[in-house]
Amino acid sequence: MQLINNKKPSKNKVNITQLLTVATCTLLGTSAQAEEEKSWEFDTALMYYGETDRVQATELILAGTKTFEDEKTLNLKLTVDALTGASANGAVAQPNVQTFTRPSGKESFNTPANETPLDDTFRDTRLQFNAQWTQPFAEDYRISGGLHLSKEYDYLSVGLNANIARDFNQKNTTLSAGVAYSNDTITPEGDIPTAFAEMVPPGNELNRSGTEDDKTTVDLLLGVTQVIDRQTIMQFNYSYSQVDGYLTDPFKVVSLVNSNGMSEKQLYENRPDKRVKNSIFWQTKHHFLSNSIIDFSYRYFWDDWEITSHTVDARYRIPLGDSYIEPHIRYYTQDAAEFYQPFQLSSNPLPSYMSADYRLGKMDGITVGVKYGMPMKNNTELSFRLEFFQQSSKSTGVEEPGVLNEVDLYPSINAVVAQVSYSF
Amino acid sequence: MKNYKHTILIVSLVALTSACSSLGVQPWERDLLAKDEMALNSSPIDASLDDHIYFSKESSSGGRGFAGGGCGCN
Repeated sequence: MQLINNKKPSKNKVNITQLLTVATCTLLGTSAQAEEEKSWEFDTALMYYGETDRVQATELILAGTKTFEDEKTLNLKLTVDALTGASANGAVAQPNVQTFTRPSGKESFNTPANETPLDDTFRDTRLQFNAQWTQPFAEDYRISGGLHLSKEYDYLSVGLNANIARDFNQKNTTLSAGVAYSNDTITPEGDIPTAFAEMVPPGNELNRSGTEDDKTTVDLLLGVTQVIDRQTIMQFNYSYSQVDGYLTDPFKVVSLVNSNGMSEKQLYENRPDKRVKNSIFWQTKHHFLSNSIIDFSYRYFWDDWEITSHTVDARYRIPLGDSYIEPHIRYYTQDAAEFYQPFQLSSNPLPSYMSADYRLGKMDGITVGVKYGMPMKNNTELSFRLEFFQQSSKSTGVEEPGVLNEVDLYPSINAVVAQVSYSF
Repeated sequence: MKNYKHTILIVSLVALTSACSSLGVQPWERDLLAKDEMALNSSPIDASLDDHIYFSKESSSGGRGFAGGGCGCN
């Protein structure tokens, strides 16, 4: 009885403290919830990506964030995607029908005359799980740690990351540093082709060098975030990434052509087993007094394969009552890797490395899209996004012998992205 | 022409230096910056979907975040 009597005043005291906290926070215009535990908040999205005559992908994301006391947060994310369709195998188009062996080595397919050879065995389902924990650490510091696990039919990636951030100058300046490590294993259909091995018709002995291979990636990220004024915030990042191991695409070939441009055979490509990538990234967000927001970013990328690229991205969010509409434009331009070549002349000696993968070639890309978001009941939001993406491959200036003049060695890709998101 | 360039350089430097000294806001001036839509990565799900698309179609990655992929799409 005594204990109960003793407890009661203490409980009342807590209630008064809570009431005072709420009252103070209300007066200061801040949220009383900030220091307290919140229920889970979810972000979900379903995206469709479709290229004309090529890859089709559907991706589903379910992400949940739980905020605990003292601004500790846990973020869990599940991604599922399914890919089907055809992908360029690197071989050149020819004025005649061509026959290629599928990666399994057991079947073949034909590519019509004057068309870019596409391998339609491309089919995969991926399941990815990410977890990230973030919390304050000492005064003005935040630390974060996370892991990811991604599994496909022929691919496994496991990774860890750690980050630290420190606020300065009344939280107007934040310095951050992060490190990530991942280990990826590929077990391709039909095993790992030996570098420069010839693609042979089904039934022949395949020239393979093992059933699986792997690579490791170490990433470093350094960033500065600066509040410029009441309406503007900026971020500068430098990122470094070193990849070691099997970086070749086991499904890609390079056509060996004669002086008339006629394809004689297909050789499996070979890339260096190390790549060092760097980028600088600058982002600015500005809140106009009209309540619209511009989000602009620029990235310069370079690596030791001699690929360089520029990416410019701009989004402009315009409020429409409680809803908003956000037009988006992205421009990308890339220079080719030093060992990229659309074909190899059979009269020339083979180089140490070569790939005809258009993604390592010279290209431009443009994306134009729009997002529309609307608030729903109980503080939830529904949004729709529609984008058009065009990727145009360019010649690196290689002279095209004979019949290669008459076919398209640098086809464009057109894709549409449609997405529905719901946050609750 | 050279003098003209120098003038631009000096004016820019002065502007930049004076801007630096007054960068930032007081805590009570964060009303606009505190909005969810003013977060640098205000749509993380869109960003993660975009990263996956462009990682698998282009040779560059990273910038906003880590460059590592985690998928066999490239």
